[in-house]
Amino acid sequence: MDYIVYIMGDVIFMMKKLLMGNEAIAMGAIRAGVNVVAGYPGTPSSEILETVAKHNDGGIYVEWSVNEKVGLEVAAGAAYAGARSMVTMKQVGLNVASDPLMCLNYVGVLGGMVVVVADDPGPISSQTEQDTRHFAKFSKLALFDPSTPEEAYIMIADAFDLSEKIGRPVLLRPTTRICHSCAVVELLDNLSRNEPAGFTKSEQWVIFPALSYRNKITIEKTLDDLSGEFSGYEYNTLAGAGKMGIASGGVSYAHVKEHLSNNGGQVKLLKVSTVPFPDKLALEFLDGLEEALVVEELDAVIENELIRLCGIHGLNVKILGKRTGHIGNAGENTVDSVSADITAFLKNTRASETELLPEPPSLPVRPPVMCAGCPHRASFLAVKEAARNISAVFTGDIGCYTLGNVPPLDMVDTCLCMGGGITVAQGLKRAEPDRVHFAFIGDSTFFHTGIPGIINAVYNQTDIVVVILDNATTAMTGNQPHPGMGITMMGGTVEKISIEKIVRAIGVSALYRVDPFDRAAAREAVHASIGQKGVRVILFESPCIILQKGTNGTTSVDGNLCTGCKLCLKKLGCPAIMLAREGKAFIDTDLCTSCGLCSRFCPVGAITCEGG
Amino acid sequence: MKAFSLLISGVGGQGTVLASKLIATAAMKCGFSARTTETIGMAQRGGCVFGHVRIGEEIFSPLIPKGSADVIIAFEPAEAARRLTYLSRNGALVVCDSAVNPVTGTYNADDMLKYVKSNASNVIIVRGQPIKEQCAKTLNTALLGAAAQCGLFPFSTEILLEVILAMPKFREENLKSFNLGREMYNEGQA
Repeated sequence: MDYIVYIMGDVIFMMKKLLMGNEAIAMGAIRAGVNVVAGYPGTPSSEILETVAKHNDGGIYVEWSVNEKVGLEVAAGAAYAGARSMVTMKQVGLNVASDPLMCLNYVGVLGGMVVVVADDPGPISSQTEQDTRHFAKFSKLALFDPSTPEEAYIMIADAFDLSEKIGRPVLLRPTTRICHSCAVVELLDNLSRNEPAGFTKSEQWVIFPALSYRNKITIEKTLDDLSGEFSGYEYNTLAGAGKMGIASGGVSYAHVKEHLSNNGGQVKLLKVSTVPFPDKLALEFLDGLEEALVVEELDAVIENELIRLCGIHGLNVKILGKRTGHIGNAGENTVDSVSADITAFLKNTRASETELLPEPPSLPVRPPVMCAGCPHRASFLAVKEAARNISAVFTGDIGCYTLGNVPPLDMVDTCLCMGGGITVAQGLKRAEPDRVHFAFIGDSTFFHTGIPGIINAVYNQTDIVVVILDNATTAMTGNQPHPGMGITMMGGTVEKISIEKIVRAIGVSALYRVDPFDRAAAREAVHASIGQKGVRVILFESPCIILQKGTNGTTSVDGNLCTGCKLCLKKLGCPAIMLAREGKAFIDTDLCTSCGLCSRFCPVGAITCEGG
Repeated sequence: MKAFSLLISGVGGQGTVLASKLIATAAMKCGFSARTTETIGMAQRGGCVFGHVRIGEEIFSPLIPKGSADVIIAFEPAEAARRLTYLSRNGALVVCDSAVNPVTGTYNADDMLKYVKSNASNVIIVRGQPIKEQCAKTLNTALLGAAAQCGLFPFSTEILLEVILAMPKFREENLKSFNLGREMYNEGQA
């Protein structure tokens, strides 16, 4: 979005820009002189790396790595050589990258390294509601927790500086309402930055038990020092006075401020934006308090720290929060929930400023669905039809195709984590040898963690059918490139890595490559695979509909031929097929992409599709 | 200035995210502070999508408390009814009357419009049919045009148009649909 420039007098320029939190983090990293950026896409983190790439003048190396563990290790290597590096991921991505992260604190870094992990209270688009602040404590690393995009812009630079100073990676943990919120951010001058010093050979870089013992002592000392230092950090603050206190952090702090600015209330207010916990500042907060309410999202992290301090220092302060049921222990906080919680805590009678509306008429349910023209719909349909008469289990994975779970397709029986579908299918097969197990996986997920699962099945001779849904992109997170596409984030084109060649190299001979919209060939491939033993792979290849611009075909229903059987509506679940008043199907031409699936599916040939 | 809160409500793919960014950018150009928050991700695939926009001198939370939105712009009738609880007593609702049916079936748009009219004092219904016929891809800027013509924003229509035209993509289409939205209000069709 647009810049505005204020000219004050003749000399001072202030550059302000409306930035999304993720853009603010990216611009802050560029400002801090980041040299190397890696990551794997995941909502709500994906736009950070994309924004760095967009504003890259060529001086920053940016890559989408195949998974988060790889990305974190690439960033670590760069930081060993003195470069400033950043790796971005969503919270479940850190589970994949936890092995190098845990070890890296013991080895350390030379250049500043920041691990940006976006948490997702709700969860809005994630498998879990995990709290990365625990990971900071678990791995004994420092973490910054911004409460606004403006803070995130400054904190990322603070994180680089701190990382370089203490020689260890530092975490930045925004949440969805920071990542996907926009705010007016004042852009500052770039920080001066020395060239990376280069890699110096030393025993420091090789992790050994004796070395780790010595490093553990240093790590603990660093954490103690940081607790003191963070008591004076500009985003850890103490305000107000009284016997009632509120402690908060992250976007919940913004909700608390919103409530207090509208309703007043005599409270002492502690804001905590860091791990380790600022003990000294928190003790000032606790001093003279009777009760404290802790308002935070995800887990009771600040709350537990205050309870710890009360225990160690023998303080008689009641700490209320998630543990005592005063704050919800699942889902997002909102201004409304925080207002109600604070009002109850301060025992104020709540002014009834909102009148309750009567219930609206029954509202339409809008489950997320696969797009009109999505090739996954054709793939699921082919497997569903071909496997109609056998006892089959369909394991799924993470991506747009998880939506194959929704009726009418109903083709995803399990979904656990990235790459987990192929391996879960193997366990199911061992427990129930008489059923046929199909494992669905997308192309980006195949490269992420799918390959070891196929190797495992071939090695252990487990009879499964792996269905690879290759739509030539990482669709769910916004169409990021991956190794199969031959495009990099540095703008270069490279040799595409062939999924077929990888699968064949692993030793799969029963491999079927087919266009899912070729309904006869697709069904035939599934039929053939059902009749075989060992690991069979069906590679459904058809690009994501979002990437296919300018579909010019026309699809229409012949009202004279349509019998009103509604099979197209009941079986396909395509958002472009509607039911007209007279009980017959009609096509919403605004949504339709003329993929042709419905015209080939209609049992009486009432739907015609031309072009497309 | 008291904080101005605007909620945008629609269905994935209707352009709600861009609409809230345009409003926030126009506010910023007028020297205000602005915060927005949007649903991005899973909900984009045909799910309910909403954007909160808050404008003022000092804004804390990006989320609007219930019963306090000055304006709601709903891109279709059911999404107006769904978020009506956010509207303040004297707030204005701008709603496009063309329903987007979910994959699960159809619903009666008239019931939704009846509900919002009987529970909000200032409802501006924008006819979707002319927009669909003339500028189907830019419903978002047409609705912004109608809201601007009603004087619902804390900044001038010219500033908003300037921000819209600064986008290189669909420049002509956006100008056409923004003006269509304004005209529809003027002609009493809105």
